[in-house]
Amino acid sequence: MMGLEAHVFSNAVTVVLLVGAGVLVAVVRRQRLWREAAHQLWDRRKLAIIVVGLYLGVALLDSIAWKGGIPEDVLDVLPNAPLTLIDRIFLGTKEASYSAPFADVEFYGAAPLRQPGSHLLGTDILGRDVFYLALKGARVALLIGGLTSLIAIPLALLFGVGAGYFGGRFDDFVFFLISTLASMPGLLLLIALIMAMGRDTLSVCVALGVTSWVGFCRLSRAETLKLRELDFVSAARALGVPEIRIVIRHILPNLAHLIVITFVLMFSGLVLSEVVLSWLGIGVDGSWGQMIDGARNELSREPVIWWNIAAAGSALFVLILAVNIVGDGIRDVLDPRMQKGSP
Amino acid sequence: MSVLLQVKNLRTTFPSASGPMPVVDDISFDLARGEVLALVGESGSGKSMTALSILRLVPKPGKVSSGSVLLAGEDLLRLPVTEMRRVRGARIAMIFQEPMTSLNPVVAVGAQVMEAIQLHDPINKVDARSRARALFAEVGIPDPEARLDAYPHHLSGGLKQRVMIAMALSMRPEILIADEPTTALDVTVQAQILTLLRNLQRERGTAILLITHDLGIVNELADRVAVMYAGRLVEVAERKALLSNPLHPYTQGLLKSIPSRTPAGERLPEIPGVVPSPDQWPTGCRFSTRCPLCFEPCETIQPEEIEDSAGRRVWCHEVERSMDAESSS
Repeated sequence: MMGLEAHVFSNAVTVVLLVGAGVLVAVVRRQRLWREAAHQLWDRRKLAIIVVGLYLGVALLDSIAWKGGIPEDVLDVLPNAPLTLIDRIFLGTKEASYSAPFADVEFYGAAPLRQPGSHLLGTDILGRDVFYLALKGARVALLIGGLTSLIAIPLALLFGVGAGYFGGRFDDFVFFLISTLASMPGLLLLIALIMAMGRDTLSVCVALGVTSWVGFCRLSRAETLKLRELDFVSAARALGVPEIRIVIRHILPNLAHLIVITFVLMFSGLVLSEVVLSWLGIGVDGSWGQMIDGARNELSREPVIWWNIAAAGSALFVLILAVNIVGDGIRDVLDPRMQKGSP
Repeated sequence: MSVLLQVKNLRTTFPSASGPMPVVDDISFDLARGEVLALVGESGSGKSMTALSILRLVPKPGKVSSGSVLLAGEDLLRLPVTEMRRVRGARIAMIFQEPMTSLNPVVAVGAQVMEAIQLHDPINKVDARSRARALFAEVGIPDPEARLDAYPHHLSGGLKQRVMIAMALSMRPEILIADEPTTALDVTVQAQILTLLRNLQRERGTAILLITHDLGIVNELADRVAVMYAGRLVEVAERKALLSNPLHPYTQGLLKSIPSRTPAGERLPEIPGVVPSPDQWPTGCRFSTRCPLCFEPCETIQPEEIEDSAGRRVWCHEVERSMDAESSS
C-alpha cells in the first residue's frame, strides 16, 4: 500500500488531521475557559500566530497530491507522478545549474537559464528553485514536529499519569523505564533506532518520539501526584466515580495547560533536532536540515553561494521563533500561576 | 426510629515503626433514619478518619483493620469494590471541609453536578441538566441556570459549598456525611449553610453525620452527640442532656471553654495540655494525661462502657465510681 499509493495514504492522513483539528476547535469553542484563553492568545500574539498559520497553509497545500494534469513539455518529473499544488506552481522551473536570486545570466558558464530573473531565491547546485525547496521544507518540518509530539505526548501521559495516579508496581516500572532511557546517550539511541527502522519520515518521527517523551513523562507524573491528593479527587471518589473516570475527567483536564505548552515547546525542539540528524546524514529527505547540510560546502565557492543556506536557515528560524512566541503566549494565558483569582 | 447505620467496634490503623497504630480505636455508634448525629472532638481525634472509614476511603497506607459498618444490615466493609462504589454518592454522600478545593477548577460546576447525577442514574444530558438546575434552586443558589455554566473560581465560598451540597444530594442519599461543612466559611454564610442543612434534613429525611469541633453548630443542628478523644469515644448522649449535664470530664472541659459561658472579665477555663499523638497514647483512659479527676486505675485500665436507661453512654472510671457510690448508698 505504502509503495504504489503513498500519495493516497498521505492525503488520507491529511484529511484525518484536518478533521481532528476541526473537532479540537469545536471542543475549544464549547468550553468557556478555553475560548477565553484562545481569544487572549490571539490578542497578544497576532503576528506570530499569522506566521505559524502561513507555514501551516503552505504545508497543507503541499500535503494533498494528485496525478495527471502535467503538460507534455515538462521533462523534469515523471508523467504519472502525484504532485501537490506547490509542485504544480513550480513545475518546469528547474534549471541546469546555479542561478543567483533574480539573476538573468547563467553561473559558471553552465547552460543558459530557461527562466531568467524568475528565481526569487535562486537555484541550488542541481538547478532546483530554492524558494520552492524552502516551501517544501515547511511540510517536513511540521510533520516532524507535529507527528512526533503526537507520538511522544500520549506515550508520556500514559506512563506519567498512570504511574502518578496508581503508583505501586506500575510506578516502579515506569521509573525503571525512565531511568534506563535517561542513562543512554540520547543521540546514539536516536541514530541506532533510525538505522534499525529506516530513514523515511515516519521512522524518524517514531525514533524522535521514543527518545523525547521522558521529560514530559516525569512532569506529568509529578503533576498527577499533586493532583490526586487534592480534595476534588477525594470528593469524586466519595461520589463513587470509578478510578479510570477520575483520571479522564478530573486529572487530565487539569493537565491540559501543561499538555498544550509542552506540545508547542517540544515542537520547536524536535524541528531543530532534525537539523542535527541531517547534519549527521540521517535526516528526512526534503527537510531544511538537508538543505543546510547540502549548502554547507557551497559556501566555499567563489563567488559565494549564500542564498541556499540563507533561505533554509531563515525559513527554519522564522518558524521556530514564531512557534516559541506563540508557546510563550500560551503559557502566559494558561499557566494558573499567571492568572488572577486562582490560588 | 429505625437504625440505618450501625458502626460496630470500628478500628482504623496506620502502619508505623512500632506496629499498626490505631487512629480510630474501637468505635461503635448508631445512626437512625433522619437523625443528625454530631461527631465532636479536637483536631486529630479521629473524627474525619471515622467518616472516611465508613466510606472505605481511608488514604493509604491506612486501613480499616477490624469492626463492621452495617448500612441497613449490610456490612459495607465486606462489599466488593464495585458494589461499594454504588453505595458512595447514591446511599451515603459526603461533603468536605474545603469548598474552595473540593470542586474541579477546570470543569463548569453544572457539568460536575451532572456527572454525579449521571453516574448513578442513566439519564440523558438534557434531563441531568434540568435536574442539576432544580438541585441548585433547592440549595438556594440564585440564578441557577446561569450558575450551571460557571467555573468554581467564579463562585464565592458559600456558593461553592452549596454546589457541593447539591452534588451530594443529587442521588437522594440516605446518609449525608458533612465533614466540618462550615469551617472554611465566614460566620454569616455559616448560618445560611446550617439552615440549609437543617431544612434539607427535615424535608428529605436524610440522616446527617455531622463532623465538627464547633459546639455552637452542635447546638444548632444535632439530635445526638458523640464526643471523641484520641481515637476513642468518651461520651454519646442526646444533645440536650450532653450540653446541660456533661458526664465525662473531657466533655465538661470542652463545654467550660466556650467563651459565652464564662462571665466577662474572667479567665476562660481551658483543658491543660494538648491531645497526645497516637504513639503516645496512654494504655489506660486516653484522657488520663490531661484529666483533672484522674485517679489510680485511669492510667492503666481502659474504662468500660457505661450505659444508662436512656441510652446515654460514657467511658469513665470516675463516672463509674460515683455511680457505684450512688447505688450502694
